[in-house]
Amino acid sequence: MTFINTLIGTVAFAILAPIVGCLLAGLDRIISARMQGRVGPPLLQPYYDVRKLIDKDDVTVSGVDGVYMTCALVFTAFAGGIFFSGGNLLMSAFIITMAALFFIMAAYSSRSPYAEVGAGRETLQVMSYEPMVLLMAVCFFMAAHSFNVGDAFKLNMPVITLIWPAFIGFLFILTIKLRKSPFDISTSHHAHQELVKGTTTEMSGKTLAKVEIMHWCENVLFLGWTGMFFLWGGPLSIILAVVVALAAWFFEIWVDNNFARVKWQLMLKSAWIVALVCGGVNVVFLAML
Amino acid sequence: MGYATKSPWVIHYDASSCNGCDIEVLAALCPGFDVERFGIINTGNPKHADIFLVTGSVNERNISVVKQIYDQMVEPKVVVACGTCACSGGIFHDCYNVIGGVDQAIPVDVYAPGCAVRPEAIIDGVVQALGILDEKSKALKAAKRGA
Repeated sequence: MTFINTLIGTVAFAILAPIVGCLLAGLDRIISARMQGRVGPPLLQPYYDVRKLIDKDDVTVSGVDGVYMTCALVFTAFAGGIFFSGGNLLMSAFIITMAALFFIMAAYSSRSPYAEVGAGRETLQVMSYEPMVLLMAVCFFMAAHSFNVGDAFKLNMPVITLIWPAFIGFLFILTIKLRKSPFDISTSHHAHQELVKGTTTEMSGKTLAKVEIMHWCENVLFLGWTGMFFLWGGPLSIILAVVVALAAWFFEIWVDNNFARVKWQLMLKSAWIVALVCGGVNVVFLAML
Repeated sequence: MGYATKSPWVIHYDASSCNGCDIEVLAALCPGFDVERFGIINTGNPKHADIFLVTGSVNERNISVVKQIYDQMVEPKVVVACGTCACSGGIFHDCYNVIGGVDQAIPVDVYAPGCAVRPEAIIDGVVQALGILDEKSKALKAAKRGA
């Protein structure tokens, strides 16, 4: 049954997540523009961008970056499917990392120095957030006595009551995961310099469209992880989870617009310190409970 | 109108401009004009861009750079020459090292004159370029279908 559930979840996620993610991306650009005293693009601008990219001519440096990006997209859909069908949180985290690795491979495959710098930085980003993601999954397991997200509905109170330090740590690395400033060091929407375009430097047309769509799906999944902390009792708690996820997302946009990009050394150090302090202390506390 | 005209991403290159036109190009992105309203983004990457904005005249040193950026851009693409120097060489036209306007290096679709070119003129030029971009996009689609 779990296999079929996951399969249905994956298909549903592959259809719905790009729609939700696209609207979120459009809202993000409007809210960012308003924060900067501008009007901003129409809500469906990210959709127009992707449609245009699909219409562009096919040009590729290595010939395989498009294949790598397709793999990244498929793994992202699987990760989302596992999570939203109430499956194993740890598996979802591992599979989304797999998608990140395919994205890095796609960037490396062009052999362009700019893309390689971006791929190196993307690798550092993965190194930075992964400890906290794993500790978050461990904390969830210790609080809910299961890695299955669906089991959260059997709890008497949401896991946030026991693992709020891990939630704070997760909010910190969420900035890296959503590719927001100050941690958008591998690629950025607001870049005017080639080096900063990083991983996507050599990508164009359909391949770049896949990157955008993957980014939409990732955003939906990570906001799902954020909401997961607030699930308990019955499906009605999903309303609270969605509200919290949207609040966290708004907070990330605010951070994005108010902080300058940092160097990778600071990102790596701060992310690991936060993971050790927030995640580590939380695990020790739960172990003694 | 196709999707090509709804999301024109630009790349801006300063060939040998005095920076007067460059500042006006950036001014078009600022809150006063906010061209992101029309989906315009300054990409800084030729492979992502649809519209090539060139400021300043072409000389012996930068002609290869202008050509390379143009070649790296993915079809359909259009070129807008921003400012008098980019259109014809301007006051530098008879300098010993100046070759002339941007059209000496690459095919130019729209000329936006002015010294410095006003943001309104740039936006007007880009809007004209969008019409050409749309035609090129349709031609590319037809060619793909034929092939």
